[in-house]
Amino acid sequence: MDELRDLYQEIILDHNKNPKNFHVMEDATHKSDGHNPLCGDRLTVYLHVDGDRITDVSFQGSGCAISKASASVMTTALKGKTVEEARELFHKFQDMLTREDAAIPDLDEFGQLAAFAGVREFPVRVKCATLSWHTTMAALDDENEIVSTE
Amino acid sequence: MDTVHSPGETELLPADIEAIRREFPVLQQEFYGKPLTYLDNAATTQKPQVVIDRLKRYYEQENANVHRAVYSLGELSSKAFEDSRIIAQKFLNAASEKEIIFTSGTTDAINLVAATFGRANLGPGDEVIISAMEHHSNIVPWQIVCEEKGARLRVIPIDDRGDLILEEYEKLLSPRTKLVSVVYISNSLGTINPVKKVIELAHAHGVPVLLDGAQAVSHLPVDVQELDCDFFALSGHKVFGPTGIGVLYGKEALLEAMPPYRGGGDMILSVTFEKTTYNDLPFKFEAGTPNIAGAIGLGAALNYVMSLGFEKIAAHESALLDYATEQLDAIDGLRIIGTAREKAGVISFVLDSAHPHDVGTILDHEGVAIRTGHHCTQPVMERFCVPATSRASFSIYNTFEDFDRLVQGIRKVQKVFG
Repeated sequence: MDELRDLYQEIILDHNKNPKNFHVMEDATHKSDGHNPLCGDRLTVYLHVDGDRITDVSFQGSGCAISKASASVMTTALKGKTVEEARELFHKFQDMLTREDAAIPDLDEFGQLAAFAGVREFPVRVKCATLSWHTTMAALDDENEIVSTE
Repeated sequence: MDTVHSPGETELLPADIEAIRREFPVLQQEFYGKPLTYLDNAATTQKPQVVIDRLKRYYEQENANVHRAVYSLGELSSKAFEDSRIIAQKFLNAASEKEIIFTSGTTDAINLVAATFGRANLGPGDEVIISAMEHHSNIVPWQIVCEEKGARLRVIPIDDRGDLILEEYEKLLSPRTKLVSVVYISNSLGTINPVKKVIELAHAHGVPVLLDGAQAVSHLPVDVQELDCDFFALSGHKVFGPTGIGVLYGKEALLEAMPPYRGGGDMILSVTFEKTTYNDLPFKFEAGTPNIAGAIGLGAALNYVMSLGFEKIAAHESALLDYATEQLDAIDGLRIIGTAREKAGVISFVLDSAHPHDVGTILDHEGVAIRTGHHCTQPVMERFCVPATSRASFSIYNTFEDFDRLVQGIRKVQKVFG
């Protein structure tokens, strides 16, 4: 039962109910669609990049609580970061979800992203938590194809 | 919660169900300290001890390649393999064992028909009719062959309950139609289609019909001669048998006229570099060493189902369906997707407050195994404007208590997502 409580933390439930930056961005410089065919999650990530800095991030779509909350937290985490910092954060986030030996990041560095550490106990849900990140990386790479987690 | 249920006359008594459950070792397990409530039978069914024992006996006492050994062990395996074909013939009431082709499953069976009958009979402008509730395995093989031949795929629409709209189907039938391929029971909606009517209408236009029977065979008796279907596809693992084995039934005259599917051993009578003579039915369509153990296990599974009897199976599942539908309908914020007039043991639903994937994870912690997602029927999800559903699908060994646990689990989901 503790695992379940770790997965569905208040932070995650809150972001699922009231996602941040949940809108279309008209003046986006980068945009990409993500799809998780396993559960039907679909989302679009919008970015506004100025030079090498991400000045704005938003998303739209439908999905499970984990994917929606993860996208929401991600948008708040990426705003103001450089593209390089964003990639680095993505790798750390991915490590936290998939690597047994990964240290649980401290709240100062990781902020609300740390709330997703519990996902590691649910391997089938890792794709949910990373969908928005994969989609963002694809948008930064300027890939126009739909990103699929399969 | 009301868990009291009084069984009717034709129903299995709780003691009977308990005895059936004891035959399925998987069901004896616990997850997260709770008894396994297995409600994903549309994906695959569990295996009774008789099937497991039969596989074991084959590997321990009978293993040899079939149809070519002169030694006694090979005779044992060949006999067991061919005996299973006769069991399948009896199960489907096919006119001849020549009409029973072992495949790796329903998908393989449909691909076989698409690649042989489809390729031989479809040309530019011709049409294949399927329905809006098909599994991807009864969509994609036809798309592939239609694209190759310049033919067209036509789709029978379904209404808001999840029933085929037969008037629209009648309009689609034309001299261009070369085949109708529809599902008998929908895996995502539970609809039992009026396949006899579908077949009659097609035959009135001289069009043969393939039935995807993957979901049907564990729920209702199938008589291919009475249905008068031209092809019937089934998977062993959905009817208490092993994975990797299935059957394609085809009317002998149609199978005779079809070109072979795969080339290889066993499907030939003689081979020279100039010319190959193909083997007789059913071997013409069974290239390579078949899934011998799987076929033998399937035989044991079909015998098991026949020994239970479909009357009892149908009565129990119908009582479960009524009970489950009533219980789920009573939950605020829950909507059942698929309310066809005739339904089998499948209930798809969505919750206002939670995504199916979250429902699945929380139910898992209650020991309840259900399927979440699009169930390989993305067009159905689009038709009902949902990204995915949660699906509880049941079988002969499920109990009323299983649904009480499902309902409790759903209430827990609602609590978490409040």
